[in-house]
Amino acid sequence: MEEILSLFYENREFIFLIIVSVFLGIEVISNVPAVLHTPLMSGANAIHGVVIIGSIIIMLQADPTNYYALILGFIAVVLGTLNVVGGFVVTNRMLEMFKKKSK
Amino acid sequence: MTELLGLSILELCYIVASITFILGLKMLSSPDKARKGNLIAGYGMGLAIFATIFFKEELTPDKWLNYSLILGGLIVGTVIGTRMALKVKMTAMPQMVSFFNGMGGACAAVISLVEFDHLRHNSNPETGMLTVILLGLIIGSVSFSGSMIAYGKLEGKINDKALPGGQIINILLLLALFGLAIWMSFTGNLSPTLLYILLGISLLYGVLFVMPIGGADMPVVISLLNSFTGMAAAFGGFLYGNQAMLTGGILVGSAGTILTVLMCTAMNRSLTNVIIGSFGGGSSSSEKSGEQGTAKEISVTDAAILLAYANKVSVVPGYGLAVAQAQHTIHNLEKILEEKGVVMNYAIHPVAGRMPGHMNVLLAEADVPYPKLLEMEDANEDMSSTDVVLVIGANDVVNPAAETDAGSPIYGMPVIKVWNAKNIIVLKRSMGKGYAGIENELFFHDKNRMLFGDAKDSLEKLIAEVKNL
Repeated sequence: MEEILSLFYENREFIFLIIVSVFLGIEVISNVPAVLHTPLMSGANAIHGVVIIGSIIIMLQADPTNYYALILGFIAVVLGTLNVVGGFVVTNRMLEMFKKKSK
Repeated sequence: MTELLGLSILELCYIVASITFILGLKMLSSPDKARKGNLIAGYGMGLAIFATIFFKEELTPDKWLNYSLILGGLIVGTVIGTRMALKVKMTAMPQMVSFFNGMGGACAAVISLVEFDHLRHNSNPETGMLTVILLGLIIGSVSFSGSMIAYGKLEGKINDKALPGGQIINILLLLALFGLAIWMSFTGNLSPTLLYILLGISLLYGVLFVMPIGGADMPVVISLLNSFTGMAAAFGGFLYGNQAMLTGGILVGSAGTILTVLMCTAMNRSLTNVIIGSFGGGSSSSEKSGEQGTAKEISVTDAAILLAYANKVSVVPGYGLAVAQAQHTIHNLEKILEEKGVVMNYAIHPVAGRMPGHMNVLLAEADVPYPKLLEMEDANEDMSSTDVVLVIGANDVVNPAAETDAGSPIYGMPVIKVWNAKNIIVLKRSMGKGYAGIENELFFHDKNRMLFGDAKDSLEKLIAEVKNL
């Protein structure tokens, strides 16, 4: 009990942030027209590539002789970059077409 | 002082990045600003990445290997990611999104593997952190293997396969996953063997979860997996106390979930039904109505005459249009018919294709003007005054069984009521069933005529005929 309480208390700000973000996420996309569903999904896909920051932190903190962490960290950086870069480029390509059409 | 300065800059960058994510998502909701929104979020992401590299830890010369690996990883990922994203065809976009989504999931899972090892070598491991690590691992790996299967299926490399008793196996796997994770968290068990078992079950669950799901439901699954990866990223944020990861992840997690729910509602499905993976089975309705008579064919010439002398033509595109790459051809037909004074529009079903908005993206590529794309409700209102409906490679979204046959797996799904129009022409490769694997009575309807062949070929022939009239 003590442990759970302290976990809650120590992380109260994060819990607060999570709750606000959940509602923000719902609110932000609530008025999306069906036309933009695919680009929106693709854009959101790129944004969760933010997980790459975790892999960079691993690499920054890893001991230079800890090859397990270095190798896996390297793989994670590559995977995360693929997600971020690929995601944003694909979304941009989709949206380019929408722009062309409006003129 | 300098350290404090660096960390303050870092946090400031994270705040800016979080704002760009929110603004980016918001702007992606409006056609005019969408592109700018995507770029803004992209810059924010770049800012967060470089701020982390330069300000998170003090840079020391003995970690040169670490830094070169980070740089190397960024370069490799950027080169491959850009090339893939630039080379992919517009029609293959859904699987590309699914692929990149899988990469994000895998990244989260790998982070968890490293952090678990880190925790194991810590003299005073925190159980709270263990829970977060395990959840990140489970969700990340399910998202990875699920996305890869979705990618393979959309590429046509993997066929639908439903294991007998698949639902029960899935539920058992899910129970095993969370049971093991909870047990490990409570007992503080740090055995690597158990971790790898957990990883294996998660990967297997992702595979089995997506495997039986058919095409019409694929959009829902990709959206769901997208929000999974968002959650996995958020767990990473919790792990490192990192606000940028937390806001980015949660935003995508919640926005993705809402999008998934919206899509489920549009198809009259419950989300639980998707998660357990019982889609498209519909075994209960397999013995309905047997033979429905014969489908009547139409020649290209007759079809061309029908089109050219109509006042109003409506096109219902589906996945077949994407497969045949016929988006430019249909636009050409549209231009020629307009010259002859025919009004033509497109009736877009929200889940036509393999992703919501798939048809819009495809037709936008062919420069079809925006106002010509009607949403389903407007299209249905218009239907009775339409002379000819041209159904191109669509099946389930125009199936009358959704309204008439309570035993049908798609019963209750809103569909485009093409049978209210005066004539229907279905362009189709063969009499095969739609992706949901069910018969379509529309093909046997009095008003309907079939024009068999590849959609692009048929349309080109139609254009030639219409020109000759």
